[in-house]
Amino acid sequence: MTRQLTGAQIVVKVLKDQGVDVVFGYPGGAVLPIYDEIFKQNDIKHVLVRHEQGATHAAEGYARATGKPGVVLVTSGPGATNAVTGMTDALMDSIPMVVLTGQVPTFMIGNDAFQEADTVGITRPCTKHNWLVRETDNLAQTMHQAFHVATSGRPGPVLVDIPKDVQFANGNYINPAKANKGHYSPRVKGDIEQITALVNLIENAEKPIIYSGGGVINSGPAASALLRELANSTKFPVTSTLMGLGAYPASSDQWLGMLGMHGTYEANMAMHGCDLMINVGARFDDRITGVVSAFSPNSKKAHIDIDPSSINKVITVDVPIIGDCGHVLEDLLKIWKSRGRKTQAGSVQKWWNQLKEWRAVNCLSFEQKGNIIKPQYALQRLEALTKKHDRYVTTEVGQHQMWAAQFMDFNDPNRWMTSGGLGTMGYGFPASIGVQMAHPKSLVINVAGEASWLMNMQELGTAIQYRLPVKQFILNNERLGMVRQWQELLHGERYSSSWSEALPDFVKLAEAFGAKGIQVQDPADLDEAIIEMINYEGPVVFDCQVEKHENCFPMIPSGKAHNEMLLGDASTEGAIEASGAVMV
Amino acid sequence: MKVKKGTSRRSAYNLQSLYGDEIETHTLAVIVDNEAGVLARVIGLFSGRGYNIESLTVAEIDHQGHRSRITVVTTGTPAVIEQIKAQLGRLVPVHDVKDLTVEGPSVERELALIKVAGKGDMRAEALRAAEVFRVKVVDSTLESFVFEITGAPEKIDAFTEMMRPLGLVEIARTGVAAIMRGK
Repeated sequence: MTRQLTGAQIVVKVLKDQGVDVVFGYPGGAVLPIYDEIFKQNDIKHVLVRHEQGATHAAEGYARATGKPGVVLVTSGPGATNAVTGMTDALMDSIPMVVLTGQVPTFMIGNDAFQEADTVGITRPCTKHNWLVRETDNLAQTMHQAFHVATSGRPGPVLVDIPKDVQFANGNYINPAKANKGHYSPRVKGDIEQITALVNLIENAEKPIIYSGGGVINSGPAASALLRELANSTKFPVTSTLMGLGAYPASSDQWLGMLGMHGTYEANMAMHGCDLMINVGARFDDRITGVVSAFSPNSKKAHIDIDPSSINKVITVDVPIIGDCGHVLEDLLKIWKSRGRKTQAGSVQKWWNQLKEWRAVNCLSFEQKGNIIKPQYALQRLEALTKKHDRYVTTEVGQHQMWAAQFMDFNDPNRWMTSGGLGTMGYGFPASIGVQMAHPKSLVINVAGEASWLMNMQELGTAIQYRLPVKQFILNNERLGMVRQWQELLHGERYSSSWSEALPDFVKLAEAFGAKGIQVQDPADLDEAIIEMINYEGPVVFDCQVEKHENCFPMIPSGKAHNEMLLGDASTEGAIEASGAVMV
Repeated sequence: MKVKKGTSRRSAYNLQSLYGDEIETHTLAVIVDNEAGVLARVIGLFSGRGYNIESLTVAEIDHQGHRSRITVVTTGTPAVIEQIKAQLGRLVPVHDVKDLTVEGPSVERELALIKVAGKGDMRAEALRAAEVFRVKVVDSTLESFVFEITGAPEKIDAFTEMMRPLGLVEIARTGVAAIMRGK
C-alpha cells in the first residue's frame, strides 16, 4: 500500500526504514521542511555540527565505526559546497555515506536564486552517484536506491538533492522492500577458476606475504575473521595498508606492521623480496608501491578487489579476482582446505628467519632523552595507557597520523579511522564525534597535530552540546610537520609557511568552550596527564608540546623502491632525486 | 569466464599484453540509462581522468526502457583502454560497455554535411567528385552545394580533403555510430 506524505515526511520515513539512528547536519532555508519533520519525532537523533564539512567527517567516522552508512543533511548552496571535501574523502576511502541536500524550488532552478548551486553538477565527480529529485512521487524510491548504491559493491558517498517544493508537496511512499533498486548490483563472488589459481600459488609459495587493505574492513567482521584464519593456518606473514589496520591483529607474531611510505622496514622489505603477494582488498596506492617500475620485482601477484577498475590500474597482476573479500576468502579457504591445506612449510619457515632479521633492525626505535617530549614517546605512552580500554582512534593528517599508525596497535577492525586517500587535514576531530555518537561509552581519541586540529576546531561546540567525551590528543610541534619534513629533504631547508605562528592557548581555548584543557611539556608529567585525560568525563583538549623538528621515519623517499628506505636522520641528504621530487 | 558488467573479452580476466606502449584507437559502445546528467557523467569521467575523446555520439535507442547508446572513439595504450572500460563499467547508470574494436568485426558509419561554394569548372568538378564518392546533393544554389556523405570516418576525411581546393566552406559531422557485424 502506498500512502500520501509530504516530501519532508518521506525523507524522515525513509531514514527510519533504512535503520538510520543518527543524522549529522546543519539547517538552512532549503531544508527547513525536513528539519520541521525531524523536530516532530524522536527516533532519529540529529547532531548539529558547526560546519558542514564537520558533518561529513562525523558521518564518515560513524560509518567506519559501525559499518553502517553515515547520513548527512545540509542545505543548498554553501551547505552543499561545504560538504564537498567530506564526500571526496569518503569516495577515496570507500566509506558509505548518504548526503541529503536541500535545493531551491524546481521552478527557480537555473535562475541564480539565493543559495542556489548546481549541486549535482558540483558533486558528480566526488560521489558514486547523485540524484536531483524533481517529483515527490520519486523521492522514496530514489532515496532507497541511494542507500543501496552507497552500501553495495565498493562503498562510497551518494547525494540526493531535494528541491524545497518537492519537500512540501505530497507524494507516495514506498518501503525499502518494494523499492526498485535499479540494475546496480556488483558481483560479490569471485571467479572459482581464478581462486583456484591462487590456491595453487599458495601451495607452492616459498616467500609469501598477505597485503591487506580497507576492503577487508569494508566487507565486514566476517572478512577479518577469514583473513585471520587464512594467515594463521598458512603461517604467512601479514602487512596492511593504513586503511586496513585492525583487520589482522597487531598483537600477532605474524604481523609485520604497516607497509608503505612510512611503513616498517620488515613489511616493505618483505613486499620487495616476496615470491607471492596476496593483495586482499587494497589498491596498490602510490603511498604503498613506491616507484612502480621497481615494485616487488620477483613475485607472483594476486589481487582480490570488488572494483574491477582497481585491477591492473597501477600494478599488473597474475591472478585478478573480482569479488568481495569476505566471499573470496571463504571460497579460497574452502578450496585450499579441500586440497589438503598444503604449504611449503619448510621454505616459509626460512622466509620467517629472513623476516625476523629485518624485524631486528627495529626500524621504529627512537630515543627519549632530556626534557622534551618526543612525539613517538607520547604515542607510545598513549598506547600503553589506553590499550586495555574499549578504544577507538581517529587521526588528522600528517606526521602524527603516521606515528599513530606506527605506534598504536589495533587488534580489531573498525577501531581506526583516518583519512587515507584524500589526506584531509581537519578529518579527525569531527570523525571522533561521529565515532563517539556510535559508541557513547567507549574511549574515543583523536590523535592530532595542532595545525590539522585547528582546521575543524569549531566542532568543540558540537562535542560540548552533545556531551561527547572525545579526547583530542594534539602533538603540538608548532609546525606543519610533514610539510616541514619534505622541505628539509627536498627544498633546501627553506621552511616556507610551514610553521604555526600565533597559535592559541589550547587550554584556554578548551575552557572557553566548556571543555577541559591539559598542557604537558615535560616527559615526566606525561603519564599522569594522559590518565587525567582518560578519566575526565567530558571532552578534553590535550596540548602535548613535543620536539619541533622530529622527522617521521622510516620513509621510502618518493621515486624510490621498497628496499631503498631511509631509516633515520643520518641518511637523508640527497635522498630524493629530481625525478622523485615531482611526485607528492 | 563471463564478467557481466563493464568488461569485455579483454577484461582483467583475460590479460593480453598490457605492457604495450603503442597508442591504439578503440570504439566503445556504452549502453546507459537515459537519465539527467548521464552524458555529463561519461564526459566528466574522460576529462577528469585524462582520457581522450576522438568522437562521441549519443542518442536514445529505447524510449520505453529509457536507454541511450553512447558511442565513443578513444585512444590510449592497451592498459589505459582497459581502465577506461572498467571506469565506465562502474558508473551506476551504465548497463554495458562493448569494445567494438576487439569484440569482433563491426561496422562504423558517420554522416557529414559539407557545403562547397564555387562557380564554373570548380563547381562542376565538385559535383563530379561527389558522384565518384556516391555523395548525395541535399541542397544546391547556382553558387553552392550541400553534400550529404555517409560512410566510414576515413571516407569522409578523404572526401573533405578533396573538397578543400574546390571551395569547401563548412563541415558538420555527426561522429561515429558503430555496431557489431553478424547476429
